[in-house]
Amino acid sequence: MQKGLGVTGKRKLNTDKIFKIGATIAGAYVLVIIALMVFELLSESYPVWQEEGLGFITGTDWNPVEGRESFGALPYILGTLVTATLAMAIGVPLSIGIAMFLSDSPKSISEPLGFMVELLAAVPSVIYGLWGLFVFRNYFKDWIEVPLHNTFGDSVWFFSGTPFGLDIFTASIILAIMIIPTVSAVSREIMKAVPQQQKEAAYMLGATRWEMFKLAIFPYSKTGLIGASILGLGRAVGETMAVTMLIGNATGDSAIPQSLFKASQTMSSIIANEFIEASPASVHLPALVGVGLVLLITAICINVVAHLLVTRMLKVKEGIVNA
Amino acid sequence: MTSTQKRLEYRMMFKQNVEKRLLVDKIVRIIVFSCVIIAIIPLGSILAEIFKNGTAAISYEFLTATPGAIGTGEGGIGPAIQGTLIIIGMSSLIGIPIGVLSGVFLSEFGENRLAQIVRFFNDVFMEFPSIVLGIFAFLIIVLVLGHFSIWAGAFALSLIMFPIIARTTEESLKMVPMTYREAGLSLGLRRWVITMRIVLASAKSGLITGILLSVARIGGETAPLIMTILGSSQFFHSFDAPMDALPLRIWRLSLLPYDSAQLQGWGSAMVLIIIILAINIGVRYFFLRKRGSGMFSRLIRQKILGGKR
Repeated sequence: MQKGLGVTGKRKLNTDKIFKIGATIAGAYVLVIIALMVFELLSESYPVWQEEGLGFITGTDWNPVEGRESFGALPYILGTLVTATLAMAIGVPLSIGIAMFLSDSPKSISEPLGFMVELLAAVPSVIYGLWGLFVFRNYFKDWIEVPLHNTFGDSVWFFSGTPFGLDIFTASIILAIMIIPTVSAVSREIMKAVPQQQKEAAYMLGATRWEMFKLAIFPYSKTGLIGASILGLGRAVGETMAVTMLIGNATGDSAIPQSLFKASQTMSSIIANEFIEASPASVHLPALVGVGLVLLITAICINVVAHLLVTRMLKVKEGIVNA
Repeated sequence: MTSTQKRLEYRMMFKQNVEKRLLVDKIVRIIVFSCVIIAIIPLGSILAEIFKNGTAAISYEFLTATPGAIGTGEGGIGPAIQGTLIIIGMSSLIGIPIGVLSGVFLSEFGENRLAQIVRFFNDVFMEFPSIVLGIFAFLIIVLVLGHFSIWAGAFALSLIMFPIIARTTEESLKMVPMTYREAGLSLGLRRWVITMRIVLASAKSGLITGILLSVARIGGETAPLIMTILGSSQFFHSFDAPMDALPLRIWRLSLLPYDSAQLQGWGSAMVLIIIILAINIGVRYFFLRKRGSGMFSRLIRQKILGGKR
């Protein structure tokens, strides 16, 4: 019997077993990290839960000054929810439109255009922030915010306030641009997963393209498209830099989102702004870690729901689950 | 279930007012096309502004010197470029082995309950807010050591990197035909030799794609660096000291109220975007082209989704 490197023979050491154990450890690494992360965030933010109790989530006062410390994260939680929801409301219809166009046009058109949309995902967050701060803000303020304010400012509450460009509206629009590549790429895959027969049947009955989408694709891919939008919501919730640079960074009571044209703050931006100034000896740092914990839990919940919905839809395509 | 009755109804509906229906169809097509245009305008504007404003800032001094006094507009971003390269290298050192091995686990030993759980949490972990990963690295490294360090930054970025690599490795290993593995087994090779020498070698381009895409991703990451490497204006001198990075420098420059700082910000953004776009377009051109269309979006989807394939 020939013996060479790696040829099975009688050996004391079972290298295969070691390899398998090594790979399993690497696989389980992610579980260990997640568990450790939740534990660390819980234990390090413990002082603030002790100090504030549930008031940490429901309070609106935020004051890190020594002796007058008070930490309520409600304005930031609301800020995150409002900006992310607005971003979804603007970004999702656009993304579904893009997915419709790309899934239904010839390769020579859809490929380069699709690539450009995907490149939006490659632009770093901080560059979106830079562009938003120095370019987009000025145009947006002059052409959209000021006219809207002048027309509706007195009658509609969410158009009140003075348009300045560093506010919830601007931040949400930038967030909407940032979630477009994710949502459109996933929606496109989901629309492709609709069986060809469904589309052909619609055409056979004499449907136009739009009617084909209405009759065959949307009913079939509803769940998946909802999942894709929630995935976009998850992205928007976790986004930090661009929002930090554009939302105006209010703190405490004034950060409660009341109007589109008001400065606010999100959970991620308060952390980015105050984290390195916070002293580990005071409650300020635990409070920021606590905000991180709330942000993490929000993001996990959103993403778990999105994954379940989207995976289910794509499994339908493969015939594992019967729709 | 669509009954015969319903089908008749549809047919009647479709026979009537054909012109109006065609008009609606046309309008929808225009709306849908304008969605694509609306999405591409920001990309065009970002690139145009960066190159228009950035070229004015670029000079030999700008690329190599340390930052000058605040507000003077002198000096450059040498430490930031160096820092970005160091931090990418170090996080790759941690992230790539774990990511590749974890991908091997999912693809080669992936038919059990543990692997299903790992696959799911891997996908969820990919979507964790990056700033929370920064807090985590701060708590377990910076707080314990007592000073800001490159290790903490590299660890935080490796956490972003490894799930992406694990997922792309798994997908590309699954594309290697089962017969390759069987051929190895029939030669009496050990499993790990088959995996390392045959399977990983034939899935090389997929692996490199995943690694490069994850490098492009962490190259632009700012949030986790704020609380780990902090930023500095000196060149690298120790792993246990603060360091600068391009995205961090861009952020700090954008907060300054001087025109010169703004100009330097655009210059730094240009350097950063050239690095990132070069990786993205290069990957697409060299590695994804051969596999036919849609591979890029499929990769994006795989980076995001946990669909079993």
